[in-house]
Amino acid sequence: MLVYIGRRAVLAIFTVWAISVLSFAIIQLPPGDYVTSYIAQMAAMGSVVTDEEAQNLRIQYGLGQPMYVQYLKWVRLIAQGNFGMSMEWRRPVTEVIGERLWLTVVVSVAALILTWVLALPIGIYSAVRQYSVGDYLATFVGFIGLAVPNFLLALVLLYLGFVLFNAHIGGLFSVEFQDAPWSAARVWDLLKHLPIPALILGLAGTAQQIRIMRANLLDELRKPYVVTARSKGLSEARVIVKYPVRVALNPFASTIGYTLPYIVSGSIIVSLVLGLPTVGPLLLKALIAQDMFLAGTIVLLLGVMTVIGTLVSDVLLVWIDPRIRLEET
Amino acid sequence: MGAEIATSLPQPTLLSVRNLKTYFAQDEGTVKAVDGVSFDLYPGATLGIVGESGCGKSVTARSILRIVDRPGRIVEGEIKFRRPAGDGGAGGGQVVDLAKLAPNGLEMRAIRGAEIALIFQEPMSSFSPVHSVGSQIIEAILLHQQVSRRDARAMTIEMLRRVGVSSPEERVDQLSNQLSGGLRQRAMIAMALSCNPTLLIADEPTTALDVTTQTQILELMRQLQQEDGMAIMLITHDLGVVAEMATDVAVMYLGRVVEQAPVDAIFHAPRHPYTRALLRSIPRIRSRSNERLTPIAGSVPHPYDRPPGCPFHPRCADFIAGTCDRAAPSLRAVGDQHSVSCFLYE
Repeated sequence: MLVYIGRRAVLAIFTVWAISVLSFAIIQLPPGDYVTSYIAQMAAMGSVVTDEEAQNLRIQYGLGQPMYVQYLKWVRLIAQGNFGMSMEWRRPVTEVIGERLWLTVVVSVAALILTWVLALPIGIYSAVRQYSVGDYLATFVGFIGLAVPNFLLALVLLYLGFVLFNAHIGGLFSVEFQDAPWSAARVWDLLKHLPIPALILGLAGTAQQIRIMRANLLDELRKPYVVTARSKGLSEARVIVKYPVRVALNPFASTIGYTLPYIVSGSIIVSLVLGLPTVGPLLLKALIAQDMFLAGTIVLLLGVMTVIGTLVSDVLLVWIDPRIRLEET
Repeated sequence: MGAEIATSLPQPTLLSVRNLKTYFAQDEGTVKAVDGVSFDLYPGATLGIVGESGCGKSVTARSILRIVDRPGRIVEGEIKFRRPAGDGGAGGGQVVDLAKLAPNGLEMRAIRGAEIALIFQEPMSSFSPVHSVGSQIIEAILLHQQVSRRDARAMTIEMLRRVGVSSPEERVDQLSNQLSGGLRQRAMIAMALSCNPTLLIADEPTTALDVTTQTQILELMRQLQQEDGMAIMLITHDLGVVAEMATDVAVMYLGRVVEQAPVDAIFHAPRHPYTRALLRSIPRIRSRSNERLTPIAGSVPHPYDRPPGCPFHPRCADFIAGTCDRAAPSLRAVGDQHSVSCFLYE
């Protein structure tokens, strides 16, 4: 077991390295650099940047050096916990991302937990009571959840909240806590604001997981080992939960890896609509402005989140399905 | 709860099934998988239930255990079962009608697995792929007996040893896919017998195994039966297995028992035309090489399209026009413990 986890962890480190190269490369791909877009911005505002000034800017940011030197510089700084300066904001990247990263993690994990809490029981019910009224209802709601874009749902809820309750349901904090230092009251305020964004972000995933759970469980329910468990005299609920559900959980666990970053990157528009202080909108702005260090850091963090998520799901999978461990050794 | 459904049963019958009907209501129509099955089983005896695929053998077994899958439902009939008396028996020798119990009620669950156990065909998938074999047997023991987990584990290892699993101390923690088909079926038997049932239902227990393993498993079942004295209901389509194992035989066709008799009577003096045809269709070792097998004419009718009257009449050599296609015959005694459902004997 430890060997298995150890091997996975080593692989994860290599993956993170590959991701760092890729995120650096992706940031470098678009033509021009930050200075080019800075010049364009200045020109739009009516001032002219001379070639000399531009050249100085490039040297200052190390943009003139070969690609691998720029990469190594970036990696060395990261190793020291310094993610560089955001050119757009003219502040350290860590400071710009700062709290947003943690809020993103909180919102994502909340959405993920909500997805599971809703999808697991509904999926099990749908399979065990296949073609019942409840199953049809879950299927109907599920397909609507899949078909409606998140941001549209966000807009509808915003509108309804405003019209019916005269309440603003956007954001993660009430106005008075917006920039307040952390306190128990602020955490409570966050918890109160969390359910709606989590629900909106998790809805599509929930609908999808309900379908996956239902399909998997239907496959498993007719397997002979379920008959065996039943013929032992176990109660029906125990038979279902202990045996076929455990086997059907496999795809649930294996999707954690990409669910986390999906919620972050897939939430950009929702975050904009709801005014959530997460990294999604920040990434969008950084990419538009070619704010290389900021964008690179965010892409890197998303990648690392994917790797951590995958590691977590690998460990979960071994617990759920011991056959995987046997195949490894 | 037990009192109101307690009924009587002539000594020494263990299980008496009367006019059992299990139907599956589906959009295309109702499948009468079991349509009036009756038979008796005595303590310590082995009843072979024989018939072609789809004749309702397995559904009969599952009806007795009350684990028929939806939309299957027992619509009629009774399944009288004598619960064991004495120290091990919670039922105190009482006779209950299983058909009237709630399928997932306490009493049915106390009987299922403890007093009536099941082993069946698929040794490859009859154990959960993600739990160790031992834990699944321990679970059954803990469910029905007041013992500690440690004792249950020791009992499991002992049981595995009894059924001929080598180094059971290691096997107990293995997953089922680490065991061969034969070993899995042995482990399955260990699980079924772990709570000392008075009735073991074996639904095609050797069909998926190779011939050598088949013989070993049958031999093991016979040996365990001698030691523990449980009755076996052996469901099979293999008449050879029946000849080797059974003391009594019930022949099923399209959801009904057409003939029940002691094993010698079935093989040497079969009465029902279907039983006779079935016996003619099996190859004999002493037969001349140019002798052809006699298959039963026609094929089993589609479940939605059951013939009226006696279900076997379209394929029957002794078909009586105007009688067999009008009404269904009922099971009646034609000799000592020998009953047949055929107009030839009415």
